[in-house]
Amino acid sequence: MTTHDHDHGEGPSRRKVLECMTWAGTGVLWTISGGVPHSLGIIDEALAADAKGLTFLQISDSHMGFDKPANPNVKSTLEEAIGRIKALPAKPAFMIHTGDITHLSKVKEFDDAEQIISQAKLDVNYVPGEHDIIDPEIKLYKERYGRGAKGPGYYSFDANGVHFMGLVNVAALKAGGMGSLGDEQLAWIEADLKGRSTSTPIVVFAHIPLWTVYPQWGWGTEDSERALSYMKRFGSVTVLNGHIHQVMQKVEGNVTFHTARSTAFPQPAPGSAPSAGPLKVTDDKLRTMLGIASIAFEQGDQRLAIVDTPLAS
Amino acid sequence: MNFGKNIALGAIGLAVVAAIAIGPVRAEEVEVKIDNFVYNPQTLTVKAGTTVTWVNHDDIPHTATSKTGVFRSKALDTDDKFSFTFATAGTFPYFCALHPHMTGTIVVEAGSGKS
Repeated sequence: MTTHDHDHGEGPSRRKVLECMTWAGTGVLWTISGGVPHSLGIIDEALAADAKGLTFLQISDSHMGFDKPANPNVKSTLEEAIGRIKALPAKPAFMIHTGDITHLSKVKEFDDAEQIISQAKLDVNYVPGEHDIIDPEIKLYKERYGRGAKGPGYYSFDANGVHFMGLVNVAALKAGGMGSLGDEQLAWIEADLKGRSTSTPIVVFAHIPLWTVYPQWGWGTEDSERALSYMKRFGSVTVLNGHIHQVMQKVEGNVTFHTARSTAFPQPAPGSAPSAGPLKVTDDKLRTMLGIASIAFEQGDQRLAIVDTPLAS
Repeated sequence: MNFGKNIALGAIGLAVVAAIAIGPVRAEEVEVKIDNFVYNPQTLTVKAGTTVTWVNHDDIPHTATSKTGVFRSKALDTDDKFSFTFATAGTFPYFCALHPHMTGTIVVEAGSGKS
């Protein structure tokens, strides 16, 4: 009787408590499972603190073949970026490249990229940028990097308990739109995440930002919201992009968005120029606007740290 | 002064009318410039039989890709050109397959010799 009364009486308030817990739970996950990336600023500090965790590197927008005044020698700046990676005190587990490997999808450009990037002696997980799939059947990119991947080149893998998803939002774009994942890929994302524990940190990487940075310049992905809705229940989601050739970060709930610098040329801040064309800067300034990003998870508190390092300071 | 100018303009006007009257089906060439991620003019009206040439003045490659598959340029690097001759009347929307927020339209009117 008492038990019954107790249960009966507590029904609604218990529901309320659960509601609160869901809310509080989000906060708890945020704190415990991490998910809050920090820019630490000093690469050695982050790597030294991370000897037992997972560290990987992001490079982006190498644009092999670009030869205009903003940077007539994109090979040498990519070489400098790879040189920095080789010189890191702790070897990263692998690299990701968030697209625009080449400028015009030419064989020679892919060859040049391969020749330089392979010097890092790390596994590289690629996603294409719009400049890599200019040939209509996406043959060149898929032959080199898309083997075993689905559709135009999306895939997932696991490393150190972190689930990685490489997405393609540059294929079959529609007039007037921005980046797009498409229904097929969205269905795959939903299926790929199904059944995974909410405490699994998720890292998503794709070329064009998965949040709307600046629609006037097409800097966003029109159906990214649907993709992100499948990730809402996870405590830690990190989205890594390129395309806009500058560092930008945004935190929205459990999701952290981050864009990396290019190794080739900078682009203007949204709306600060007539168009998104290459930003021409003086030679001494160029290398302060190009660079690489190092991303580290620490086991235990699972803190995720993103460190952007320019080629010169 | 003013009077003279009017006469001159009138003469040009007559010459244009004469040209149209004499050569109604003569092919014309018109250019669409790509500058700062914009097609200029964004909407271009031409007569059937006109050849339209796109020229990319940006440091970034662009395409001119018909929305309905009528024409498709390759990626145009800086100063590259692509030409297409519009034989039939109609409205032809197109975009840049690399930067799809870039859109334009070619409106083709039936040539004065036809219809």
